[in-house]
Amino acid sequence: MARHDDHEHGSELSETQLRVRALETVLTEKGYIDPAALDLIIEAYETKIGPHTGARVVAKAWRDPAFKRALLEDGSKAVRALGHESRVGDHLVAVENTPARHNMVVCTLCSCYPWDVLGLPPVWYKSAPYRTRAVKDPRGVLADFGVKLPGSTEIRVWDSTAETRFLVLPMRPPGTDGWSEERLAQLITRDAMIGTGLPKRPEEVA
Amino acid sequence: MDGIHDMGGMDGFGKVEPEPNEPVFHAPWEGRVLAMQRALGYAGAWPIDASRFAQERLPPQVYLGASYYQRWALAMERNVIERAFAGADELSAGRALRPGNPLARKLTPDLVKQGMTRGSFYRQAQAPARFKPGDRVRTKNIHPPTHTRLPRYARGRLGVIDLVHGCHAFPDTVAIDKGDNPQWLYTVMFEAKELWGSDADPTVKISIDAFEPHLEPA
Repeated sequence: MARHDDHEHGSELSETQLRVRALETVLTEKGYIDPAALDLIIEAYETKIGPHTGARVVAKAWRDPAFKRALLEDGSKAVRALGHESRVGDHLVAVENTPARHNMVVCTLCSCYPWDVLGLPPVWYKSAPYRTRAVKDPRGVLADFGVKLPGSTEIRVWDSTAETRFLVLPMRPPGTDGWSEERLAQLITRDAMIGTGLPKRPEEVA
Repeated sequence: MDGIHDMGGMDGFGKVEPEPNEPVFHAPWEGRVLAMQRALGYAGAWPIDASRFAQERLPPQVYLGASYYQRWALAMERNVIERAFAGADELSAGRALRPGNPLARKLTPDLVKQGMTRGSFYRQAQAPARFKPGDRVRTKNIHPPTHTRLPRYARGRLGVIDLVHGCHAFPDTVAIDKGDNPQWLYTVMFEAKELWGSDADPTVKISIDAFEPHLEPA
């Protein structure tokens, strides 16, 4: 079967497409699944569930010390209390970046990722280059993302080998005093919440 | 199992290549695969760990050659066939030829919202936690031929308990239909040099989430 890069062209694309269609047809005819429900799931991932949820969580934590404490204490409970569209399951753990420590999240065994607050993981997160190197050469991986941290900063890599899901709480950029949650949220990228990026600088969002 | 999926620390796969403005799905069939997985999970067709184990059992060259959602599709076909929901002949024919094993529930449009909420993996503790934060532990040197959450790069290594996550269903048994077998779950932290040798970056620490049966006091 083809790699995803090849999906756009060629007969291998049709083979995958046909196999998936056959599977869905058989499961539907047998009454196990309802295609209309599948449509709604796809729509939710395409339109409702995404890193904007995580960004709002981080922005609130930057502005509200009590919320930040609650988030670091019990991520699932704190995020659930915000009543987001995406319903957050158990086992969310927020880990805080500080000047002394930078956190980075990986799943070496497959693709565990905090979907309910970040949406579906990007292809690179599920790829062999990231999964192999994140635990052995995290500074090299950060360099692939154009991120260079001081040599003295501790790097903590969290390998998601169980049902715990980790959300990185990045450091609030300087020059953002008095910013609203909405404005702060614009600085917070998906990669900053995985730990392979840093928040944007204020001048980048103007 | 010591499969190709357990790839932490391997060399030679090249640089990480982020894709600018990546779409949620790269083709419509990817969404269908994801959604079928969710719907079958809701229906209780098999536990999510059995999906993971089915991917791990793909031949290494297939695993590496397939895209992410292709792996999911192949694993789903395997579980559908092994659990007698459909035969290989039906998947080839693209139509149902006979009834399959019954399922207790079905995800219909009105249930999608709850069907998409992640389930809880907390389970009632069978015994007090054996370890507490700060305890030194050694991961076991195990090589089960079935699904395990203890990655190869962190076996037989000295670490420290960082977090205690409560008692969870144990994927190593769930994946092979041997039940929840609840176990305490911990984040265990290792110095990079413990995993990668004395030349490793002294500022790097790596943690895994490890279940109690994978740990012994050190």
